[in-house]
Amino acid sequence: MLIFERSRPGRANPSQAPHTPAPCDDIPAALRRRMRPLLPEVSELDAVRHYTRLSQKNFSIDTHFYPLGSCTMKYNPRASNALAMLPQFLARHPLAPAETGQGFLACLHDLQEILKDVTGMAGVSLTPAAGAQGEFAGVAMIRAYHEARGDTARREIIVPDAAHGTNPATATMCGYAVREIPTDRDGNVDLEALRAVVGPHTAGLMLTNPSTLGVFEKTIVEIQKIVHGAGGLTYYDGANLNAILGKVRPGDMGFDVIHMNLHKTFSTPHGGGGPGAGAVGVAPRLLPFLPIPYVVQRDGAYHWADERDCPQSIGRLSAFMGNAGVCLRAYVYARLLGHQGMQRVAEYATLNANYLMAELAKAGFRPAYPRRRASHEFIVTLKPLKDETGVSAMDVAKRLLDKGFHAPTTYFPLLVPECLLIEPTETESKETLDAFVAAMKEIREEAYKQPEMVKSAPHTMPVRRLDDVKAARELDLAWKKPL
Amino acid sequence: MNIPADLKYTKSHEWARLADDGLVTVGITDHAQEALGDIVFLDLPQVGRRVAEGEECAVVESVKAAADIYAPIAGEIAAVNQDAADKPESVNQDAYGAWLFKIRPDNAGDYNGLLDADAYGKIAAEEH
Amino acid sequence: MPFIPHTEQDVAEMLAAIGASSVDALFDEIPPQLVSGELRQVPPALTEMEITRLMQDRAEQDGRYLSFLGAGAYEHHIPAAVWQLVGRGEFYTAYTPYQAEASQGTLQLLYEWQTMMASLTGMDVSNASLYDGGSSLGEALLMAVRASKGNCRRVLVPRNLHPYYRAAAAVVLRQQQIEMVEVPYLAATGRIDRAALERLGAEPFAALVIGQPNFFGVLEEPDALTDWAHGKGALVIGVCNPTALALLNPPGAWGQAGADIAAGEAQPLGIPLSGGGPYLGYMACKQALVRQMPGRIIGRTVDLDGKPGFALTLQAREQHIRRSKATSNICTNQGLMVTAATIYLALTGPQGLERVAAQCHANMRRLAQLAGAIPGVTPLFAAPGFHEVALRLPQPVEPVLARLRRQRVLGGFDLGAAYPELGNALLVCATETKTEDDLQRFAQLLDAALKG
Repeated sequence: MLIFERSRPGRANPSQAPHTPAPCDDIPAALRRRMRPLLPEVSELDAVRHYTRLSQKNFSIDTHFYPLGSCTMKYNPRASNALAMLPQFLARHPLAPAETGQGFLACLHDLQEILKDVTGMAGVSLTPAAGAQGEFAGVAMIRAYHEARGDTARREIIVPDAAHGTNPATATMCGYAVREIPTDRDGNVDLEALRAVVGPHTAGLMLTNPSTLGVFEKTIVEIQKIVHGAGGLTYYDGANLNAILGKVRPGDMGFDVIHMNLHKTFSTPHGGGGPGAGAVGVAPRLLPFLPIPYVVQRDGAYHWADERDCPQSIGRLSAFMGNAGVCLRAYVYARLLGHQGMQRVAEYATLNANYLMAELAKAGFRPAYPRRRASHEFIVTLKPLKDETGVSAMDVAKRLLDKGFHAPTTYFPLLVPECLLIEPTETESKETLDAFVAAMKEIREEAYKQPEMVKSAPHTMPVRRLDDVKAARELDLAWKKPL
Repeated sequence: MNIPADLKYTKSHEWARLADDGLVTVGITDHAQEALGDIVFLDLPQVGRRVAEGEECAVVESVKAAADIYAPIAGEIAAVNQDAADKPESVNQDAYGAWLFKIRPDNAGDYNGLLDADAYGKIAAEEH
Repeated sequence: MPFIPHTEQDVAEMLAAIGASSVDALFDEIPPQLVSGELRQVPPALTEMEITRLMQDRAEQDGRYLSFLGAGAYEHHIPAAVWQLVGRGEFYTAYTPYQAEASQGTLQLLYEWQTMMASLTGMDVSNASLYDGGSSLGEALLMAVRASKGNCRRVLVPRNLHPYYRAAAAVVLRQQQIEMVEVPYLAATGRIDRAALERLGAEPFAALVIGQPNFFGVLEEPDALTDWAHGKGALVIGVCNPTALALLNPPGAWGQAGADIAAGEAQPLGIPLSGGGPYLGYMACKQALVRQMPGRIIGRTVDLDGKPGFALTLQAREQHIRRSKATSNICTNQGLMVTAATIYLALTGPQGLERVAAQCHANMRRLAQLAGAIPGVTPLFAAPGFHEVALRLPQPVEPVLARLRRQRVLGGFDLGAAYPELGNALLVCATETKTEDDLQRFAQLLDAALKG
């Protein structure tokens, strides 16, 4: 039932608004609203109960194992939330002078320094609000760099075909043409294809490493030589930074610009689809172009660097400081881990992924790249199961919900048929991984014995499979009051 | 695979039919509609628009995919099928009936340069 | 090791199952010269008790101020239930609702948000959120250019719109070489200069943006502006304060046909100031434009049994399907902030929101009255406004604000940097959170600060 269907005319929450209506007689009638907006009229208890019940219809990290590939669904420490929501931080106005927020700015400055160290970059700006906005900032910096040098013929961004869709979408948003290059049979960037497409028209290459295929680009040094040799810059998509945190630094791999997904690697909550935070880091030659504002230390105090300090900056990505409160959460997480804990992240994420891959392989599931080490994630292809039983990767994913596991990422990357991209993260225990393997085995058996049951899964969720064709053909995007 | 012999085709899975009035009718093949799945929306070009051969001029959208439709030959858009746009599922039901648009060709001879059913059938089979 | 549950025995068993000699062996595909050494700038681990002390000390160092700052970020009462519910793990730690059957809570809530925002803005449809007001404006302008089928790459944006919104939008437009033309305002009223607009509109443009209220807190007269822009074949984008929309004619009802897109910042709806974010970009539009709208959109449909349910829809617009041809690169948006804003609107309801807005308005008028009684302080613009007022001071603004800060008062926003033409100009805001005592105190302190 929708909150609107619980609404009764005249029901209100007098505690949540001023007692008496104040006069607005100076606002001309032509500017006034004529019809009240469609907002629910419910009691506070109605609202609390309604949204509590809605929350209970969700899977979440707090309630379920969530092995969603490329999303790094690890435990979100509660201290991060509690300490980012201290009343003084919540009350801080974004335009309040820096002198009134030295404690707040100190946290953000410390986080910038920590991120520089773990990525090996020369400068960091925390302002991008999500990974995609970080990508946008990164590619805009690539453009700004070439333009500042008068090198205006560079019109193409190279993207491997395995890349996340945001990479080509970002390149387009930044006014570039996209050149896709293929991946070889072992999941590496095809170097010959790369050599063939680079040239004086190349602005840069966007790369995720480890890639979305769950493997490390072993030829990364060669890739850098090819792109840099052609005068292009290299962009590191930090979607999979968790796989190498504390092990290999993007700066040491030769990248010129990177973004990090703090909501993945630094364990800030995903919140049902954000807010994220997509901090960017740059090599020295891109420092002048970093997006503003970011925190600088000067004369013993912290300041926001703005247009006056950074005349060559690509500019502002949002009105204020990006998702500063998310950055506070990332800061708390980083301090709880410390340098030793941070170096353990990649190790245990990788251990868990390789263990899960090995156990699933023993159970008869086919890894897409059996000759490769898994990074923090790996792909199994369910093509044999589909061919033999008609049960697809999507069916298995839905059946996993019945078994109490969130589904892995399905049908991405596009290169592998019937694929599940599985990322267990370092915060899951061996028992949880074993239980997941057991569930996968059960589903496999069910697929042979009762394929129709698996194909119509889930059976225990608040709803069964939804008609998304109807959803798209007969668009119902807002509730309307029955006449 | 349903590939009528009396039509012409493109590698990008459009079909084309030359009528007596000189207009070339364009749609997507049965193979293409099957690959796309349930079609939910058609974005058709404006009548009167000039298109080059191979130019993107329409989009066929399903729940999980969106395919660009390319003009098989150069010319001017002479008509669009509003009935199909109103009922996108008609493309699934009858890919060769639910045409998308008609082109008035710049050069009527271009039509003959398109693939015949045999040639297209081989391409579609490779992808299958 | 924080948050890593493995015992030594677990590790040994897992390595044996993999057939690897050590955890380091799992990284043997990485070229050895790339493996990094110690992290030097990351300090040693703190316990939760230690980091709590550190953060509390820093928070206390910053303290709290009586604030009359607005300028795009507004202090409002937030019902206690809002963040208690938002903090539930099932909302807080869920991901984007790709698996609809396991995400009906988030999906239904987003559908409720879409319904509320569509109605509040007078539009047909709303998306599930964008990042913030500034980036939403950029997306709205790109959307308008797309809707013109790429035929027109010029947009009109008034100077009296938030300077940082304009800055954020400019970054996006610059990448695609879309021209952003600044429309001046009238010195007397602070409103869009119609005569200048007429001149600038002589050349084709894809969209006209109207702020309601504008950055100065002044109310525009959007009906005539909307009809004028439509007459020129352009779209109209309304950038509105959602609280104000409880009182004001919504963009969807402007002029004969209504504005085409509404975009802006929904932070006032239950989201704390938090030093600048996370906030909540909103966007709503007319039905005809829905396929041009960026961001996630939820649709109501039915399941196999015919039972109503909710799912992401129109995904073919998005980057994971359309890749380089997507409407935007956005994927993760501000889901948790939508959760807060939806619950906020449910708790205040239509009457509550109207009262909040009316009280903001009344407080601003009272503040203007009290400040206007101070010698040398006058309102800059003669036009009705909403919860913010621009004042002319008889002396430079920053030293006055510094004196107020010593009294732990944030006295407002110095308009001088962004609008040097206004001279000594201060933008002051009073929301419903301010009492008569607060307003009196502000006026007394301002008076004293002006006397030096």
